[in-house]
Amino acid sequence: MNLNLLLQLAVSGFLLGGVYSLIALGLSLIFGVMRVINFAHGEMMVWGMYVAYTFLLWTGVDPFFSFLVSAFVLFILGYFLQRTIVNRILDFPEAMQVLPLVGMAMVFENSARIIWGPDYISPQSRFALSSLSIGNLIIDTPRFLAFALAIIITFAVLLFLKKTDMGKSIRAAADNRLGAFLVGTNVNQVYAICFGIGTACVGTAGGLLVPIMPLSPHIGAPFTLISFIIVILGGMGSLTGAMVGGFVIGVAESIGPELITNIFHGIGLDLDFPQTMKQVVSFFILIVIMILRPQGLLGGKKG
Amino acid sequence: MKRLYLLLLIGFLILLILPRVLSSYVLGIFIMIFFYAYLGQSWNILTGYTGVISLGHSLFVGIGAYMTYLLTLTLGLSPWIGMWIGGIAAGLIGLVIGFFGFRFGMKGVYFVLLTISFAEIGRLIFLHLKIFGSFQGLFITPEFSFGNFQFKGNTPYYYIGLGYVIFSLISVRLLERSKIGRYMVALREDEEAAESLGVNVFKYKMIAIFISAFMTSLAGAFYTNYLFYLHPGTMMSMAFSIEIILRPIIGGMGTVLGPVIGSFLITPLAELSRSYFAKAGYEGLHLVIYGFLLVAVVLFFPRGIITYIKRALAKVLIGTK
Repeated sequence: MNLNLLLQLAVSGFLLGGVYSLIALGLSLIFGVMRVINFAHGEMMVWGMYVAYTFLLWTGVDPFFSFLVSAFVLFILGYFLQRTIVNRILDFPEAMQVLPLVGMAMVFENSARIIWGPDYISPQSRFALSSLSIGNLIIDTPRFLAFALAIIITFAVLLFLKKTDMGKSIRAAADNRLGAFLVGTNVNQVYAICFGIGTACVGTAGGLLVPIMPLSPHIGAPFTLISFIIVILGGMGSLTGAMVGGFVIGVAESIGPELITNIFHGIGLDLDFPQTMKQVVSFFILIVIMILRPQGLLGGKKG
Repeated sequence: MKRLYLLLLIGFLILLILPRVLSSYVLGIFIMIFFYAYLGQSWNILTGYTGVISLGHSLFVGIGAYMTYLLTLTLGLSPWIGMWIGGIAAGLIGLVIGFFGFRFGMKGVYFVLLTISFAEIGRLIFLHLKIFGSFQGLFITPEFSFGNFQFKGNTPYYYIGLGYVIFSLISVRLLERSKIGRYMVALREDEEAAESLGVNVFKYKMIAIFISAFMTSLAGAFYTNYLFYLHPGTMMSMAFSIEIILRPIIGGMGTVLGPVIGSFLITPLAELSRSYFAKAGYEGLHLVIYGFLLVAVVLFFPRGIITYIKRALAKVLIGTK
């Protein structure tokens, strides 16, 4: 087994995990406050990617700065999505909440296809080809930058929720909708802003991913699923859980295929586990965690 | 009730003679109507009657299609026999999913994610199997004969598709009236109440998922031998699962006629808008419309179109029940 390769994969997965954390943070925030699962999460991330890309085309600003534009546009989108649709389904049975958001996922995915075309695009960041090396390890700069920014933004969002008045209202509405309403919080407004912040998180993550991976309208769904896996792994509604889960899944997807191939060869099976099957690792983790620990690694209450 | 049956009989007789007057293109649309009505009906057994939402039914279509093909390839077995074996295979996979889901108390979104997980794992595995053509997909060279389930022209497929629909209508109607069906509805409405009255919730959910998976996979054999092309990326994707569930939701879940009505409404719309928008250069626009439809139906007609049709037909059917 090539340990150096595994370490290299682990580091690269860990860095991507930082971005995964930010994606999952958005989902977890929305779920924690409204008890709604945003099935259009990955598709909205793709919109964030395309916004950053379009901004790059128009102004030449590097995606590592234009993620702020993605965040802003996605905040507006999320805000109005909550106001028009999500707010109406809050009291629906859990199962019926899934379908409208699945419908919105189709709308986002295919409208992106109509607006930006079906082909893969990979815009260049100015840092694209540079890399850092630490000992034997090689780290490409875009990935590292995306990681660092994602972590900074994640902490900024957590700080916002802890310290500001709006953050406190959001947490109050999450703890007790009726209570928050009774002390004069405009719950609908708070919910819409919270949904907007959640989608702004995923929009930001999309902007950060632009220099790392090629974008196409149809890459959203796997990210929706990944963020569910991370959130369930970390614990539904637990924001720190989302961060931990992001790193676990990032690393697991990265080293999983190589590790499993080695195990297959080790027990004498002539089987490869190709990198294109890395999602199987995540889904397997999801099934196991739902069976053994449905409240997630860091979730408090059961279920 | 008698008048409703009479109405259905008239509809059936009209459908029987349609191939004599319709063009092959229109017959193709009818075949898709039957195909999706049948799939929706199979999904309806699990989700409509038992209330357990599955977003992974494409897995069962895939298992049915590939099993049937594999049995023809290796044993030379006719698809007419192979499809039942494929059905049992899919039913067993359904039982595995059900066991994990129902034994460990996964409800609502958790069960949805479980079905998606299994479907995605299945899709990725099939996508990497060399025997099924890996990423290129599988092209089947048809040898036209009844035994091979392969025919020239659309007319035979039309009648087979119609047969599928009739088969599903009768099975679901029988199920609905049986004790099993009544238990299923009881546990959908209130699981704890049903359990406290002695209904073995786990057992009846397992029965529902087995029947549903079994019936869904029978459509796989039809799919293979109608299109002569198999690819996990289309037939086993989540998008296909959504196609399956769209029609029964719009028509009315938990009713015998809902999926059929939904398919008659949506499938022609889908087929026509797909080709129209693709010609106009807006490929994918029909899916945007689909998405909004799904939102609108859940928000405004959560019980499906069938309630409105029932109300409109009440006059015709008066004195029925």
